[in-house]
Amino acid sequence: MNTYGVKAIYLFELARTWRTLMQSIASPVLSTSLYFIVFGSAIGSQIVSIDGISYGAFIIPGLVMLTILTESTSNASFGIYMPKFSGTIYEILSAPVSAFEIVAGYVGAAATKSIILGLIILLTARLFVDYSIAYPLLMLLFLVLTCVTFALLGFLIGLWANSFEQLQIIPMMVIAPLTFLGGTFYSISMLPEFWQKVTLLNPVVYLVSGFRWSFYGSADVHIGVSLAMITLFIAICSGLIAWVFHTGYKLKS
Amino acid sequence: MNPIIEIRGIQKTYASGFQALQPIDLSIERGEIFALLGPNGAGKTTLISIICGIVNASGGQITADGLDIQRDYRQARQRIGLVPQELAVNIFETVWNTVKFSRGLFGCAPDDDYLEQLLRQLSLWDKKDNPIMALSGGMKRRVLIAKALAHEPRILFLDEPTAGVDVELRRDMWAMIRRLREDGVTIILTTHYIEEAEDMADRIGVINKGQLMLVKEKHALMRDLGRKSLTVHLNAPLAQLPQALDPAEVELSADGTELTYQYNTARENTGVAPLLQQLAEAGIGYSDLSTKQSSLEEIFVSLVEEKA
Repeated sequence: MNTYGVKAIYLFELARTWRTLMQSIASPVLSTSLYFIVFGSAIGSQIVSIDGISYGAFIIPGLVMLTILTESTSNASFGIYMPKFSGTIYEILSAPVSAFEIVAGYVGAAATKSIILGLIILLTARLFVDYSIAYPLLMLLFLVLTCVTFALLGFLIGLWANSFEQLQIIPMMVIAPLTFLGGTFYSISMLPEFWQKVTLLNPVVYLVSGFRWSFYGSADVHIGVSLAMITLFIAICSGLIAWVFHTGYKLKS
Repeated sequence: MNPIIEIRGIQKTYASGFQALQPIDLSIERGEIFALLGPNGAGKTTLISIICGIVNASGGQITADGLDIQRDYRQARQRIGLVPQELAVNIFETVWNTVKFSRGLFGCAPDDDYLEQLLRQLSLWDKKDNPIMALSGGMKRRVLIAKALAHEPRILFLDEPTAGVDVELRRDMWAMIRRLREDGVTIILTTHYIEEAEDMADRIGVINKGQLMLVKEKHALMRDLGRKSLTVHLNAPLAQLPQALDPAEVELSADGTELTYQYNTARENTGVAPLLQQLAEAGIGYSDLSTKQSSLEEIFVSLVEEKA
């Protein structure tokens, strides 16, 4: 195990975060604050509570998810796409690091950043809404698993992408809509029965629901199902990445 | 002593069907400077990229310091440093951070003293806190060299190190290469500045169209393939070539004051003595003689053209 190598990649990627602090931390915090002001305080005060939880508190887990899903994905995808784009990937490929170590460095850094971001958003939310976390450890576990999963997905996108446009397209066109429709702002039990069934095809539902369960002890989907689903996502993404490194696809000719 | 790099039957066909390398066998000796010469697209970079692990070979086997580059890639790669042809650097990083990164990436414990010494040697120390984007092209090239040496490799690949580099940097770079060689580092470089290969290299390999055409000790190559030309400066200009001389061998300059005779130094009978005798017999006086050894470039061009 080349721990120095993993550390080098990890620290390099985190340094990128500090260099672009505004873009990395400040802007998601700002946009989440706006969501709280608009949906939590302004509109939320007019909405009845869901399952005995005030609307403002209800949307907190979803809003955290909304940010960390897109941030994990775009951070990790950008992290590995940049060396491909600038040509510095030669150094990674010629270094004595295994595929696992490369992924650990990049995905670890992207996930770390998202976890920090998620926690900052939770602190920010406290300024707007009063809430409590029923199962803090489970909440942390869920946060970490989600960040890792989507960082893995982002890493895959970064490997696959041939342009900055392709890099943006999945977080923007797929993940963000799925998160909005995944029960961030509503409970899926509010939907007509047919749409409830359709919504269950949306993987993000299980993430938002599981995360919310750790806060309030109740959610749309059973916590066990949520945990099983996230494990499945991690397995799929890891498998795909292993295949990419094994075949050299888009990395080595 | 066993060679530091042993290449056996390495070949490469890209997915497009383009055969970049035909099966190549090559041994690089410990501590030598080996120059790989070849026109653009000959396969120099492909070969280097395969050894360094950036491109997968379609077949064959390579060992570096006795280690299989596939199976024992960790130990093998730790011994190898690569300075790529392209100026691929992370422009937002500072010089110091980027060399520190390279050292860590190659699995070495931090050693700030070594890195300081390295940057000083490359005249980069006063720029260490600058972001790379603020550096000139030549300075970026130095940064690439510093990165390649950050993990103290025993084998250094330099892919076209002096392309687009000013005279000063080129001089510094060669001084550095000599120093490295004194420390026992094996150096493999590609260049199209043939005079550099001629100056620096111990052995030369010529590659063209994916084929390694020859590998020779530099002086032997010059001797074997080297042609010399003898110029005879005449006392009085001649209107035409004297009949005694073979126009296929001897050429008269336009102003009639010089005769040039091409010959091969490897031949037992160079023909120099008979020529001078013929001149004497024809009563042609001369004031001076000069000979010129053909350069590696001329040898190279004739080799590449011959087989093309």
